[in-house]
Amino acid sequence: MPRAWPANSAVPDVLAALLVIALLGLVVWLVSAPLRAGATAAEDADAARREDLEAAKEAKYREIRDAELDFRTGKLSEADWRALDRDLRAEAMELLRRLDALG
Amino acid sequence: MATVGQACLILALGTCFYGIGASLYGARAGRRDFVESGRRSVYGLAVLATAAFAILEVAFLRSDFHYDVVATHSSTTTPTFYRAAAAWSSQEGSLLLWVWLLSLWSSLVLYLVRRRLRDVAPYATAVLLGFGAFFTGLLVFDATPFHTVATAPPEGTGLNPLLRHPSMMIHPPMLYSGYTLWAIPFAFAIGALVVRHVDADWIRATRRFALAAWFFLGIGILLGARWSYAELGWGGYWAWDPVENASLLPWLTGTAFLHSVMVQEKRGMLKVWNVSLILATGTLAVLGTFLVRSGILDSIHAFGASTLGVPFVSLIALMIAGGLYLVVTRRDVLRSEHRLDSLLSREAAFLANNLVLVGLAFVVFWGTFFPLISEAVTGTKAAVGPPWFDRYTVPLALILVLLSGIGPVIAWRRATWANARRMFLWPVVAAAVALVVLLAVGVNGSATAVAMFVCATFVVAVITQEFARGVSARRAMTSEGPGRALVSLVQRNRRRYGGYTVHVGMAVLFVGVAASTAFQHARDVRLNRGQTATVGGYQVTYKEATARPVFRGQRLERAELGAVLDVKKDGRHVATLRTNRGYYPSAAPFASGSLVQGIFEGEATSEVGMKAGLTRDLWTAIQPDPEYLAKVIDATAKKTAGRPPEQQTEAVGRLLAVYRQGAFPAQFRVISSPLVTWIWLGGLIVFAGGLIALWPAPDAARRRVSAGYAARVARELGRA
Repeated sequence: MPRAWPANSAVPDVLAALLVIALLGLVVWLVSAPLRAGATAAEDADAARREDLEAAKEAKYREIRDAELDFRTGKLSEADWRALDRDLRAEAMELLRRLDALG
Repeated sequence: MATVGQACLILALGTCFYGIGASLYGARAGRRDFVESGRRSVYGLAVLATAAFAILEVAFLRSDFHYDVVATHSSTTTPTFYRAAAAWSSQEGSLLLWVWLLSLWSSLVLYLVRRRLRDVAPYATAVLLGFGAFFTGLLVFDATPFHTVATAPPEGTGLNPLLRHPSMMIHPPMLYSGYTLWAIPFAFAIGALVVRHVDADWIRATRRFALAAWFFLGIGILLGARWSYAELGWGGYWAWDPVENASLLPWLTGTAFLHSVMVQEKRGMLKVWNVSLILATGTLAVLGTFLVRSGILDSIHAFGASTLGVPFVSLIALMIAGGLYLVVTRRDVLRSEHRLDSLLSREAAFLANNLVLVGLAFVVFWGTFFPLISEAVTGTKAAVGPPWFDRYTVPLALILVLLSGIGPVIAWRRATWANARRMFLWPVVAAAVALVVLLAVGVNGSATAVAMFVCATFVVAVITQEFARGVSARRAMTSEGPGRALVSLVQRNRRRYGGYTVHVGMAVLFVGVAASTAFQHARDVRLNRGQTATVGGYQVTYKEATARPVFRGQRLERAELGAVLDVKKDGRHVATLRTNRGYYPSAAPFASGSLVQGIFEGEATSEVGMKAGLTRDLWTAIQPDPEYLAKVIDATAKKTAGRPPEQQTEAVGRLLAVYRQGAFPAQFRVISSPLVTWIWLGGLIVFAGGLIALWPAPDAARRRVSAGYAARVARELGRA
């Protein structure tokens, strides 16, 4: 195993030690912030739920747009597209309802 | 600063262990504060890895030979441009690069999902920090880049001359970006399996990272191919070399994953397949890292053997066993929500595409590991060569290209014959016309190449038709002009049209591969000055010998021996090719007592002479005749041995002058290869398509409106 703590003449040892302590302090400060603030400071569960619903809504909108483009470029018949579009829009509306319910 | 660097690594290792514990405890106990703290550990890892990497880079740029790794991988004669890249030519530096990139991507994804996937994210964090702990542990205990010596040697060994190529500056970071980015969907897949939240949420959250992984790995592979073509002096861009193959494996399975997740998102199908694919891809990415560093398989790209075999094999075994356990125990929630309605559907086309890609990956895997397999079974290490790979990959590649034309346009669920006719009539006509034209102009020497040209024409025709129909539909809805409609169409459907562009690029790339493989003319010829050889209808004449010393500051970086070749066709001048062989002094060039000997005993690289064109590349590389050269070197070495360095440097100059003026024969490899440029152009188109697909869509969904839901859906869709 190589020597792990070699001497280096370029930077005085004291400065190196100070740098290491500063880095350690920075990381401890960064990592412990949520613990110092306590469990109540962790973000609102509703906010997380909202983000998930927003992502699901975006995905649903993309599906609706994709279906329309498929129809307009001839990959879906009009009857199939209308049925699919109706289902997807209903699912999108449900997502909006759930989003609004979060306030 | 080495002490600070080493301390950063030790702190990073501690941060990883803490973060794993905090994330798992937070998830189990429902303590968001611990989950948050675990997530922030990843940021801490990024800070520490960035500091460690910066310290190492500075040491390389300053040529601080107190660092062992700098002394053995750089030198004062290494150009600054390459000194920066020399860090990752070493095992230690490349492992640190891995950790650094992993920490950056992990921080980015965890920041983006900080308020999403609250159940999955803590486990994904633990997995990502697990990778971080593994690689940081290797750096701390086995391969520290911060080992120093009290007295620095006056000069370093220098960067392997083969790596002194611009693409080598970018190639490893691209490959490692790809490898580390694959860890993101891998980690989220594990998290999703652990908490049984296996719908498409984790796929949506990490899709951009999977696409970025595919994108960067692809760029890395292509840059490696370009480097092989321009630097290695054998004239090819792909040799089915184990290290090349190791990077191709996760790219193939990752490509399959990017396609099959669309089926899960649309239809809720292929869940087992998708998690299996991403678990395999993540594992293959680690295997790729291992192969390039381990030296367990003979490779022109493997830079040094290492002692990391046991830890890497253990990690890979753990990834496979853990992944299998999770898939098997979660099979109840991984059941498909729908069945395949018809074989004439996009789901079926994507499934076929997946089978071909996985088949290709299996062939590449088997061929790559055959030496180890044969050694285990028979006791003899036997390798398979390019013909073996070609036998299986060529037909699979043909099917793949064909499917890349069918998949994008066939309908989901069930396509009718009328629908199929409408989609494929003109592309089939275009392919038929291409076949007739090819045969009419006499391109019939290789059935597989002709088949590839026809399939590629079909793909380009399909995609062109798709763009045209999309623009037409857009214009019908908005009355925009054709240019504006095209831009809007792509902007609003980046994923779809980015993907189409990728398919065109792949078709162009495969045309280049097929043509340059099937219709290449290559000859190895020994020529005296003034002699001519004929290669593929070109008359190649050795016109002039060249030789020069190249200095970096006061030091001799290399001595070049080369030639100028004149190329004619039917008596008409076509090109002048200049090629040389560069000889780099060994680390202690005066060790044998003679600088001349020291130079020619060191590393050597080829600078190829090339005239690249859209239709054909003319390529050559020189190998000065070793017999003649040895006589002159020996004579000069005897005369100058023990003389002061300045006199020896002058003697090198005289030797080069003798070579320039003398009548030394030389060995040349001359290649005339059609459509090689199409490979690079195809690659550029592929990556342009990848960029389009990667580019974030305008965020139109975050506006709150108070209208009725149906109107709101319509309004927000209209804006998006």
